[in-house]
Amino acid sequence: MVSKLDGVETTVFQNEIEILDDFMIATESKGFLNKIRSWSQANSLWVLPFMTGCCSLEYISAMRPKNNMNKLGVEDIGVSPRHSDLLIVSGTITEKQVPVLRKVYDQMAFPKWVMAIGSCASSGGMYRSYHVVQGISRVIPVDIYVPGCPPTPEAIIEGVLKLKDRIKNGITSVWEENNG
Amino acid sequence: MDNHISDEFIKRFGDDNYSYELGNHVVVSSPQNLIRDLTILKNEMDFIMLLDVCGVDNQSRSEDGSRFESVYHLLNMENHHRVRVKVPAESEQEIPTSSKLFNVANWYERESWDMFGINYQSINKERLLTHDDFIGHPLCKDYDYNNPQKLSQSREIKFESTSSNSEQNSREWINIGPLHPSTKGTMRIMAEMDGERIRNSKLEIGYFHRCFEKICENRTYEQIIPYVDRLNYYSAGLNCIGWCKAVEDLLEVDIPDRAKALRMVLAELSRVSDHLICIANNARDIGTTTNFWFCIEAREKINTIFEKLCGSRLGFSMSCIGGINYDLPLGWISKCLDIVNSVKKDMVEIDKLLTKNKIWMERTQICSMSAADAIEWGYTGPCLRASGVNYDIRKNRPYYFYDDVEFEIPLGINGDCYDRYLVRMEEIRQSLKIVTQILDYLPAGDIRLENIDYSKIDNKEIYSFTEGANGELGFYLIPSKNSNKPYRLKLRSPCFPIYQSFNKVVKDQLLSDAIATLGSMNVVSGELDR
Repeated sequence: MVSKLDGVETTVFQNEIEILDDFMIATESKGFLNKIRSWSQANSLWVLPFMTGCCSLEYISAMRPKNNMNKLGVEDIGVSPRHSDLLIVSGTITEKQVPVLRKVYDQMAFPKWVMAIGSCASSGGMYRSYHVVQGISRVIPVDIYVPGCPPTPEAIIEGVLKLKDRIKNGITSVWEENNG
Repeated sequence: MDNHISDEFIKRFGDDNYSYELGNHVVVSSPQNLIRDLTILKNEMDFIMLLDVCGVDNQSRSEDGSRFESVYHLLNMENHHRVRVKVPAESEQEIPTSSKLFNVANWYERESWDMFGINYQSINKERLLTHDDFIGHPLCKDYDYNNPQKLSQSREIKFESTSSNSEQNSREWINIGPLHPSTKGTMRIMAEMDGERIRNSKLEIGYFHRCFEKICENRTYEQIIPYVDRLNYYSAGLNCIGWCKAVEDLLEVDIPDRAKALRMVLAELSRVSDHLICIANNARDIGTTTNFWFCIEAREKINTIFEKLCGSRLGFSMSCIGGINYDLPLGWISKCLDIVNSVKKDMVEIDKLLTKNKIWMERTQICSMSAADAIEWGYTGPCLRASGVNYDIRKNRPYYFYDDVEFEIPLGINGDCYDRYLVRMEEIRQSLKIVTQILDYLPAGDIRLENIDYSKIDNKEIYSFTEGANGELGFYLIPSKNSNKPYRLKLRSPCFPIYQSFNKVVKDQLLSDAIATLGSMNVVSGELDR
């Protein structure tokens, strides 16, 4: 049901069936069950924060009550790979850290997504040297890159929103592409 | 007083081996005489703390003379003098280890072997900062910094059996690995457990080694400023001021008064920011998430005032060599004073929740460190003051206007986590007091020097030190001739010796006490691994 409030058109839901109808129109993936799956995955992305460097402080600021990533469904209650969907890598990754990162990624259960925050995780940043990995895409497949040194909390929130759009539109994660 | 000390140096070491340049005493020694000289300095001349041991590669600097040099920095805590001892060494020549005199020398010598290949007798030749499969010594001048090497497998946990068979069966080896909330992704502790008690432990660092020192040999002095900001990323302003002061002391230039006062404001606000997040992390590891968010909210107010100043919340490079980059925008001073008052009110709330809380007191009155042990293990900063030693560079060797403002130094009694928490809380209040005093009487004038001339740098070296948030932040800088890039830059990071003593502090303690202690030491990996 569409109504006008102060001259702006808004939708008002009358019952649960109308909510489901709206969802099926909004999300473009085919098939009823696929739509339910994408909707539920996108709205409850649990996070495993792989925090090493300065960008971790901006991730903490993005979780504080004012910026509130929790309202998007992103929670970091337990730091366990088996419970989480989204691996957030922020900070410089060095050659010594590569076996650890690969092991943690392998321990996560399907389906999983990866987000690289900051320029050090995306491409090595301003550290071009003998011990720094020039981008974590050499180790694990990455879905979303958030540039900045460090990116502001608002940029991190936009990264998460872009990822939710991709999931709702049915774009598969890079893990699924590689593994059938 | 300097003449008196110089005479004593000349009497003990001879006129050929002693020199005085740019405020530092320098003694030249040799591998045969090293232990004798260090014993004289420690026992008879009261240089009781070893600050730093590093290596220098002389290959590109001079044709004659030895290939390597091992440089020691010592501190006398009574008359606040520092001395540098230089020991020339060829490649493969053995230098005796000074870890029997000073406990703290162990990791420094391991790092010097890792980076240069300097051969110290009887140290554990295991890689400290680079990984186990690394071939070569990266800081030598003939190693290309763009030459990466890969690692296939992490180091395994292995403890030698020192006890009988029945005891051995009840011990378990666990890994408090890099991905843990309290180690923040960059430190690893391997522990041999007997039930809940840690009987033996080993540390592995180097997960965040970003090759700061090698990169800086290829950058100009101004280009190093963004790298320096990201060393101790909790308090970025303090590192930048330490670096700019080192270069200005080397060039022997004096910056304008307004720049000095503004640098002090930025320094004290950064110090407040660092202490707040240290308390926040310590509280979260012990279990109280409410206090974590209270401290983060207070810290966000300081981030907003930095953003109003220069546009960046973290990693702001406001200092430049010669002063400050830009002047204050209109209305900044009144906003800053408002935020200082607001943070003071937040401190009252945090205090009410934690200080007299019985659970907090029982969880943090553990793992105490006596004053003698703290000096032996190279502690500086709030961890040293919590053990009862009255040492702060802002009072003992004041720079800028620190002897014109009124503030006090809080001291602890036992040196446990509770005392470190109380010392940090009081230091926050004293820093806010300094900020209000300076902003009331800010001098007018220029904010930076016009022309910095790098052509006058001779064959001089300098060790310049400021009071960082964790302790003494020192830069040992050797300039190169005919160029505005440094030849060698060594950072004396305050949390490196503090983390080295973790094995000793945590022996025979409970596992949860170990996690609480780690939070109170404030080990920042950008500074630890460089």
